[in-house]
Amino acid sequence: MNLEFSEEQKFVQKAARDYLTEHSKLEVCRKVLESGQPYAAELWKGVAELGWLGTAIPEEYGGAGLGYLELVLIAQELGRALAPIPFSSSIYLCAEAILQAGSAEQKKKYLPKLASGELIGTFALAEGAGDFDPNDAATTFDGSKLNGVKLPVPDGGAAGIAVVVAKEGAGASLAIVSLDAPGVARTNLAAFDPSRPQAKLEFKNAAAERLGAAGQGAKIASAVLDRAAVLIGYEQVGGAERALEITRNYTMSRFAFGRAIGSFQALKHRMADVFCKIQIALSNGYYAAWALSNGNDELPVAAASTRVAACDAFTLASEELIQMHGGVGYTWEYDCHLFYRRARALAAAIGSPSEWRDALVTRVDATI
Amino acid sequence: MNFDDTPQEAEFRAKARAFLDKHLKKVDPNAPGGDEFERETRDDIARAKAWQATKFDAGWAVLTWPKEYGGQALGRLENVIFNQEEAKYQLPPAIYGIGHGMLGPTIMAHGTQAQKDRFIKEMARGQVIWCQLFSEPAAGSDLAGLRTTALRDGDDWILNGQKIWSTGAHYCDWGMIVTRHDPNVPKHDGLTYFIVDMHAPGVECRQIKQINGGAGFNEVFFTNVRVPDSQRLGGVGEGWKVAITTLMNERVSIGAGQGAGRVRDLFRLARKVKRGGKPAIQDSAVRQKLADYFVQSKGLQYTGYRTLSAISRGATPGPEGSIGKAVGAPLSQQMASFASELQGAAGGLLDPAAPDASWMEGYLASPGIRIAGGSDEIMRNIIAERVLGLPAEWRADKGIPFRDVPTGTVKSK
Repeated sequence: MNLEFSEEQKFVQKAARDYLTEHSKLEVCRKVLESGQPYAAELWKGVAELGWLGTAIPEEYGGAGLGYLELVLIAQELGRALAPIPFSSSIYLCAEAILQAGSAEQKKKYLPKLASGELIGTFALAEGAGDFDPNDAATTFDGSKLNGVKLPVPDGGAAGIAVVVAKEGAGASLAIVSLDAPGVARTNLAAFDPSRPQAKLEFKNAAAERLGAAGQGAKIASAVLDRAAVLIGYEQVGGAERALEITRNYTMSRFAFGRAIGSFQALKHRMADVFCKIQIALSNGYYAAWALSNGNDELPVAAASTRVAACDAFTLASEELIQMHGGVGYTWEYDCHLFYRRARALAAAIGSPSEWRDALVTRVDATI
Repeated sequence: MNFDDTPQEAEFRAKARAFLDKHLKKVDPNAPGGDEFERETRDDIARAKAWQATKFDAGWAVLTWPKEYGGQALGRLENVIFNQEEAKYQLPPAIYGIGHGMLGPTIMAHGTQAQKDRFIKEMARGQVIWCQLFSEPAAGSDLAGLRTTALRDGDDWILNGQKIWSTGAHYCDWGMIVTRHDPNVPKHDGLTYFIVDMHAPGVECRQIKQINGGAGFNEVFFTNVRVPDSQRLGGVGEGWKVAITTLMNERVSIGAGQGAGRVRDLFRLARKVKRGGKPAIQDSAVRQKLADYFVQSKGLQYTGYRTLSAISRGATPGPEGSIGKAVGAPLSQQMASFASELQGAAGGLLDPAAPDASWMEGYLASPGIRIAGGSDEIMRNIIAERVLGLPAEWRADKGIPFRDVPTGTVKSK
């Protein structure tokens, strides 16, 4: 076995880090958060020009034709930078759904534009509070039209298209809808993390094209969400690593009782605990990235494990980041709350950690 | 990035299996587990020695050691592959972990050629067994605060003092001991490391009864024990440096896969016992915990693989290698506690013959794992200081002669 990323893959990661260090400083995230802009347009353009969006999209559809091992590393860097762009909605979710279930025509129609960044896509799943079962969706699809309300939809305001999970007959189907078309009304919601905007989408007889086979919606959605769970997991790990670094640096420089507060064992041990949680998430992520790039049947268990571990790690890291800063960690001015908000947003994104724990047990049980 | 065996690894694994199939019987998954390693009988030791000799003579012992000492100069990855395969068979108690994992490599790193020639190959074949003599009643986490003395007497040294927690000392032939040769210098500077004959006059072992009834650990008393200077390992005053080598080998012990196996047993248990009239595995509270234990167990397993993968390519293991014990030890206690709880009132029994008693046995054994070989707290200090670069603990004994270091009284019952 060889659990290293290749030299070329590590180079991709380093290049991504260098670029984001320069062009996606935390103030870029803060600017989107404070201004109500849907995303950082310059950054989106830059990232698109570098070809990141098409990393795992085949060359025949306008992508770079690299793969998931490169994409997870880019995801980790995006997470580290708290990059305020619709990368996850457009690529980990929308493009992934089309790659998984699209016809050749649909792939030709949408993927090149998603890869170039000129089209932003998203994935409309949830319908308010509680967990979401595709086979019980209130939003309906009759083969050509969508009716219903989806909320919250990440980047629903900025996106041009959405892949919608809707009820059709006794089951569920996926449909692609143009969000600028008649019958689609969108409202911005007040997001916990305004650097990653959320919207309500209302469909009234909105024309939509079927994606994948009729009635296969739950199955396709599950496969897409597994893949997104891994990629988002790497973003969470990146964010958690950065949060821990900032915590460490702060506690080294802050003095109390005559010494750096980072020399007090209580804080040292808690930072060690954050480190351990991050490594558990990263190690599960390694296995999931391999399963993802191999397309093997280990993915459902690996993806669920990664999601649970990554949510845990980023949530704890962001909470400890504020706590160990003391009072200033609670100010708007300090950057701690940027991580706290992003951790919450990513934990809420594609099904809660508790739902994923439940799914994980079902999946593991089937293998024993 | 590839979690599968490479073709060479697969070939090696097949060879290992063929060898093991010839000599051993496979483990019966339904048989109750035992904590054999804590209650070895003389027969157990004899079986262990026989199996070690069989492996050695067939070229399957100490795989990572140089060929001149009976090893195969293979990488750690091959060693893990062999251990993974061997674990599938019924085995005598494992009594060579300390000797082969830690002590042999210490002699290879610091010994004279005469010492290497005298001891290593013999250690590999397993007909003599080695123990580690480090901790003392007043020096566990603060190992460098040890007090066993070594006083020069001609060509020999005279040792006096007491060691504790020496696994297997009562059946061992040789030991490796850290002593204080000079109490007038700061504590790390006054230490010297020796190889000691456990059958020498003045060496007395007393087994310690543990909370789970086992007695694998010993107090070892040294009363005017004479050790030739030729058995000194490393220079006078270099004892701490040599001890670090021993401890580093301890820390790179990778428990790949054991935790993951246990968590599958936990799933099986949850299917078997009932809660609310249904199998416990259908209870949502149970499921949340099962998921967490699975995620942590697999996370540890894959972390172990990451470390191995790095070592196999000659790289130094990354900081992730530190988390194994810090996370794994408390995890085993939590899983044992939960498994006991799932069994309801039966979780208040401990009949070794009962099919699921291994969990209650594990609950009794797990506090020891959290303390031995680097306590949970020390592991966190190590992660915080060596990985995260946070300042070292303030010490009240830094730079002062050892004899002036404040010590509390160690009261025994």
